[in-house]
Amino acid sequence: MSSNPSLTRTPAGTYLSGRRTRILSLLGLSAGLIAVIALAVSIGSVHIPFSTTFSILLDRLPFLDIDQTWQSVIATIVLEIRLPRVILAGLVGAALATAGATYQGLFRNPLADPYLIGVAQGASLGAVAGFLLPVAWNVLGFGLIPLLAFIGALLATATVYLLARVGKTLPVTTLILAGVALSALLGSIVSYLIISSGEKMHGIIFWLMGSFALSQWSEIKVVLPYIVVGTAVIIIFARLLNVMQLDEEQAQQLGVNVEKLKLILLAAATLITAASVSFVGTIGFVGIIIPHAVRLVWGADHRFLLPLAVLTGAIFMILTDLVARTVLAPTEIPIGVITAICGAPFFLYLLRRRKKAIF
Amino acid sequence: MIELKMQQVTLGYDHHPVLEDITLKVSPGEMVGLIGPNGSGKSTIIKALSHVIRPESGKITMDQRTITRIPRRELACMVGVVPQLPLLPSTFTAFEIVLMGRNPHLGLFQSESKHDWEITREAMEKTGTAELANRYVNELSGGEIQCLLIARVLVQETKAILLDEPTANLDIGRQVEILDLIKNLCTRNNLAVLAAVHDLNLAAQYCDRLLLINERRIFAEGTPTEVITDRNIKEVYGAENCVYTHPVNGLPAVLLGAHKNKTTGTQSWR
Repeated sequence: MSSNPSLTRTPAGTYLSGRRTRILSLLGLSAGLIAVIALAVSIGSVHIPFSTTFSILLDRLPFLDIDQTWQSVIATIVLEIRLPRVILAGLVGAALATAGATYQGLFRNPLADPYLIGVAQGASLGAVAGFLLPVAWNVLGFGLIPLLAFIGALLATATVYLLARVGKTLPVTTLILAGVALSALLGSIVSYLIISSGEKMHGIIFWLMGSFALSQWSEIKVVLPYIVVGTAVIIIFARLLNVMQLDEEQAQQLGVNVEKLKLILLAAATLITAASVSFVGTIGFVGIIIPHAVRLVWGADHRFLLPLAVLTGAIFMILTDLVARTVLAPTEIPIGVITAICGAPFFLYLLRRRKKAIF
Repeated sequence: MIELKMQQVTLGYDHHPVLEDITLKVSPGEMVGLIGPNGSGKSTIIKALSHVIRPESGKITMDQRTITRIPRRELACMVGVVPQLPLLPSTFTAFEIVLMGRNPHLGLFQSESKHDWEITREAMEKTGTAELANRYVNELSGGEIQCLLIARVLVQETKAILLDEPTANLDIGRQVEILDLIKNLCTRNNLAVLAAVHDLNLAAQYCDRLLLINERRIFAEGTPTEVITDRNIKEVYGAENCVYTHPVNGLPAVLLGAHKNKTTGTQSWR
C-alpha cells in the first residue's frame, strides 16, 4: 500500500495507509455518484441513450458548448423532469445518511436513526394536518404540506430537547426516551387522523412512505441550503465526534465542550432531516443502515465516515428511486418500500462477513 | 509549570455532599497521592479538578485562575486525566485512542500532523504499548488499556496530570514501570501530579505527599511516614497493627495478615 515500506510498520504508517484507502474510496464514490446520476437520468418511460444524457448535462455546464444533436423535448425530459428528481433523491439520501451517522455517534447508540427524537412523527403530523386542512395555500411557491411538515418536525424536536434538558446538561438517554415517548404520542394522533381522513387516506399513506414523484427545481432550491450548510457543519465537527465516542467525561477532559457540541450537532442533524422529509416524506431505513454499512466497510473515524456516508447515501437513494419508478412502471412504488427491500439483503451480507466490532 | 489548588471546596452530586471543606495544593514537580477507603471521594476530587463536575462551594484554581472560567480546550492543554478503566469504543484502534490525546492542541479546522503522529508513537513506546497500535481496543486487556490511557495523557503534553487508580489493573512489574515513568516525568518536567492510589505501599513508595480522605474530609496529610501510621490506618480502614518500616528505604509499608482467630475453619455457612 504505502510507497515507503519502513513507514507501514510504524503505527502512523498503518494509519496513513488506512487513510489513503479511504481517500481513494471517496474519489471513487464521487465518480460513481456522477455515473449513477447520468444512469438514472437516462432510464425512464422514454429511453434516452446514455451518451445523449451526458451531452445534455455537459451542455448545461458553464464554458462548455456542445453541438445540439437531440430534440429539445428530450432535453426538457432530462433537465426538467428527471434531473431534479435524481438530484433531490441524492440530496435526501445524503442528508438522511449524514443525520443518521451523527445521531448514532452523538448518542453512542447503533439503533439511533434520524427519526429517533421526533422528527418523523412531527413531520408526519404536520403533513397530515396539511392534507386535512380545507385550504390549499401556496407559500413561497410551494405547498402547505411541506411547510407544515417542516414546522412539525422542528417543533417536535424542540419539545423533546426542552423536555430532556436537566439544568445546563442534556443527558443523552433522557433525550432518546423523551423522543421515543413523544414520537409514540404524535404517532397515535397521526394514526387516528389517517383512519378518519376518508378519501384522503391514500395520499397521506403514500406521503408517509415517501416519494420523489413531484420533485421540482424549486424544491431543490429550498432544500439545498439546509442540507449543504448542515452537512458541512457536521463534517467540520467530525474529529470532536470521534472524541465523543470515548464518553462524555473523557471528551471533556480532552478539551471538548460536550454540551455545546451536542447542541450544534443536534440542531444541524435535525435541520437537514426536517428539510429532507418535509418534501419527500419519512423515508425509512437509509438513515440507520447506510452509516452502518459505511462503518463496516471503511471504519468508524467520523472524518471519513461522514463524507463517505454522504456519497453512499446519495448513490443508494438515487438507485432505489430508479427502481421505485421503473420496476412497475407506470405505477410508482413508494420509495420507503424499496429502500428496505433493496438495502436489507445487502446490509445483512456486509454484516455476515464482518471481522470486527462495528459499533 | 502549574499549581493546582482547592480552597474550602464542597463537592457532591445533586446537593448531596461527598466531600466537605477540602483544601489542598499540588505544586509543580510534586507527586501527591490521594488515599482513602472505597467511596471516600478520590475520583470526585479528580473530576472536580478536571471540571467534569463543579464545586458546590469553595474555589478551585489552576495557576490562580478559577477552573470553571477556563475554556475546556485550554484546560485540557493544562491538565490531563487518566480515568479509572473506562469503556473505550471498540471500533477504534489503540493508536487512534492515544492520538485523541492531541485533540486539545488542534483547532477546529486542523488535522493531526506528522508531528502529532510522532508524539503518539513515542508515547506508545515509552508505555510499552507500541505493538498494540493496530489492535482494536475491545481485544485488549484491562492492563493494556490502562497503559494506553497513560500514553494518551503523555500525548496530551499537559503541565499537570491527574490519575485515578493508574495501576489498579497492572501486574507488579508494570505497576513499577508505569509509576517510575510518571515519577520521572513529574520531577524532570516539573509536572504537578495527583494520583488516587488504592495500594498504600505504592502510594508510600512514590508520592512525596499523601492526603488520606475519610468521611468526607481530609483525615491526615503529610509525608508518607506521617500519614501511614498504625493509628491512622486503624481508624480509617479498621486494619490493626499492619504498618511496618520498609527494610531498604525506611518508608512505611503495610503488611496484612488474615484474621485467623476470628473464624474457625470448620464453621459452616448458614
